[in-house]
Amino acid sequence: MTAGRPYRPVRDPLTRPIERHVPPALRSRAMHAMSAHAALGRFVLQHCTDCGAVTYPPRDICPACWGDLAWADQARGATILAETVIRTTTDLYFQAHLPWRIGTAALDAGPVAIVHLHRDLAVGDRAAMQLMLDKGGNAALFALPVQGEDPMADPQWREFVVPVHDRAVLVTDGDTALGKAVVRALVAAGAGAVFAGTSAPSVPALAADDPRRAAGVRQVPLDLTDGRSVARCIAQLGGPIDIVVNTARFVRPGGVRADAGLLHQKRALDLGVLGLLRLAEAVAPILAGRPAGAFVDILSIHALAGDARFAGFSAAEAARHSLLQSFRHEMRAAGVRVLAVFAGAIDDADHQSQPSPRVAPARLAQGVIDALALGREQHCVGDVARDLMDRWLADPATTLREQNG
Amino acid sequence: MTGAAETLAALAGGLADGTIRVVDLTNTLSPDFPVIVLPAEFGQCEPFRMERVSRYDADGPAWYWNNISMNEHTGTHFDAPAHWITGRDVPEGTVDRVVPRDFVHPAVVIDISAESAADEDFILTRAALERWEAQHGRIPPRHWVLLRTDWYKRVGTPEYLNLKDDGAHSPGPDGDAMRFLVHDRDCVGLGVETVGTDAGQASRFAEPLPAHSILHGNGRFGLQCLTNLDKLPVFGSIILASPLKIEGGSGSPLRVVALVAGRAG
Repeated sequence: MTAGRPYRPVRDPLTRPIERHVPPALRSRAMHAMSAHAALGRFVLQHCTDCGAVTYPPRDICPACWGDLAWADQARGATILAETVIRTTTDLYFQAHLPWRIGTAALDAGPVAIVHLHRDLAVGDRAAMQLMLDKGGNAALFALPVQGEDPMADPQWREFVVPVHDRAVLVTDGDTALGKAVVRALVAAGAGAVFAGTSAPSVPALAADDPRRAAGVRQVPLDLTDGRSVARCIAQLGGPIDIVVNTARFVRPGGVRADAGLLHQKRALDLGVLGLLRLAEAVAPILAGRPAGAFVDILSIHALAGDARFAGFSAAEAARHSLLQSFRHEMRAAGVRVLAVFAGAIDDADHQSQPSPRVAPARLAQGVIDALALGREQHCVGDVARDLMDRWLADPATTLREQNG
Repeated sequence: MTGAAETLAALAGGLADGTIRVVDLTNTLSPDFPVIVLPAEFGQCEPFRMERVSRYDADGPAWYWNNISMNEHTGTHFDAPAHWITGRDVPEGTVDRVVPRDFVHPAVVIDISAESAADEDFILTRAALERWEAQHGRIPPRHWVLLRTDWYKRVGTPEYLNLKDDGAHSPGPDGDAMRFLVHDRDCVGLGVETVGTDAGQASRFAEPLPAHSILHGNGRFGLQCLTNLDKLPVFGSIILASPLKIEGGSGSPLRVVALVAGRAG
């Protein structure tokens, strides 16, 4: 199973590598609120709780009546009013991406906004507005054609998402049901090379339908509980990695006082939490050098509100959720996207005792592909995760009680 | 000088002039060294792990050291009687209580490498041991019995643990062979190159895991993951095997060496 790597022109080794920059980051609190919604893929604008007017850009009070503003989902439709091409700028990020098309769009929700324009849009066209995160992690309005080709063909759009096609991807614990499903989904999405980590003591022969037999997939020894194994794996990949998908997790039931299973909980923390640290330390410099690097971590939705039946595992997931926020902060300056893909119980051997609905590994894997293609920072797969996330966003304290009442 | 003092002096002289060799029977303790894998419903053996504390750097400008962690049965290791349920009530059954006298014993090496090469599930029987004695002589009392399988040459490959769909496959003794060695030959213990004193499939025997059960139930020891048994004579070597003094410990990684007469050939 030798994996070809995606073809790339060889760079003159004597030239200096291109330094990467991200768009300006200094933003208001209201803008951060908009970015937090964009991270989840919501299309939101502020509306006045007094006069009802919808306003953009984000503000602290209603410009019409000085009333209070609240965020709400809005219609995505818009009409392009004007367009222009930026050909020069003092901003280092945009200098590297000129020329850049922007325009004004009359949003169906009311305001007129300055937006990034897809290359196929012209004045007078109807557009579907997307609230995206730029390379610096800040919300930006992007106008896509209502219908037409895959937006991925537009280099400007690709700056807001993480392309998978032709990219090199490392999947940790690629030998579990979830890991294999992620490998299969990456191959289907056209990844150029997929490295499937295996932590098993010995590598068994693969079944005929094992996705790791696919062309372009290679098994690599990788045990996140062993820092040396992680370092050696990364050193032996023989080239850069664009995307890392961390599927490693150790799930066992157990409470705090009742059936705590300390050894299991220790392993959940070692693999889930310290394993994430070992992995992040090893891959961060490689991802930072890539034009569209991304680190995807698959998290239990119980990272937000613990599940008392899986207390140790929930604690490990909560710790990972915390680490991911710090890692995201660290990687922002390099333009590397750090994604958390949330799910409830997965339909695998680890969750046999959990009631339905459980998320099929293949569906969760497709969720990873979708989250990358849509440019999300946080993405929920399955009703359980979406429902808990919605309740948690609305009222964390009540959700915590509901979960463990 | 007394006779014993002369014996020790002669040993020191032999070590100094190389007429007595020291053979290392220990595998390197590394994160890669495989550990026994139990069915998933049981707790698992932790492999060796090492995290650097400092290496002449900000965390220790002039010194290098690591924190290490492992199971008591990781790498080349010693099994004390308390490791097995049959040995739970054996006096002095934990590694901290093993009497120092037992750290040094002579060994007899039984070569079953050809049989193991032909059949990776080779079972050593009492009849085979009696045939071996007819050829080589009686197994003396209070000796380590070391099973040479050349399995150590598989270290670093999947064939060392040799896991298949139905578990591990490696050679080992049956119950009658163990009773013969323990009760009729009064062995100190059994030393093997495989990851356990029992055969890979021994949990499926009619008398499951006979080596662990019979050795430890009778206060005998186990040595596992040994190397270089092919470099020892059949008779005449002396094994130095001193487990760590772990309070209440069931076993311990350790350095095992053999004293062998004759210069390296």
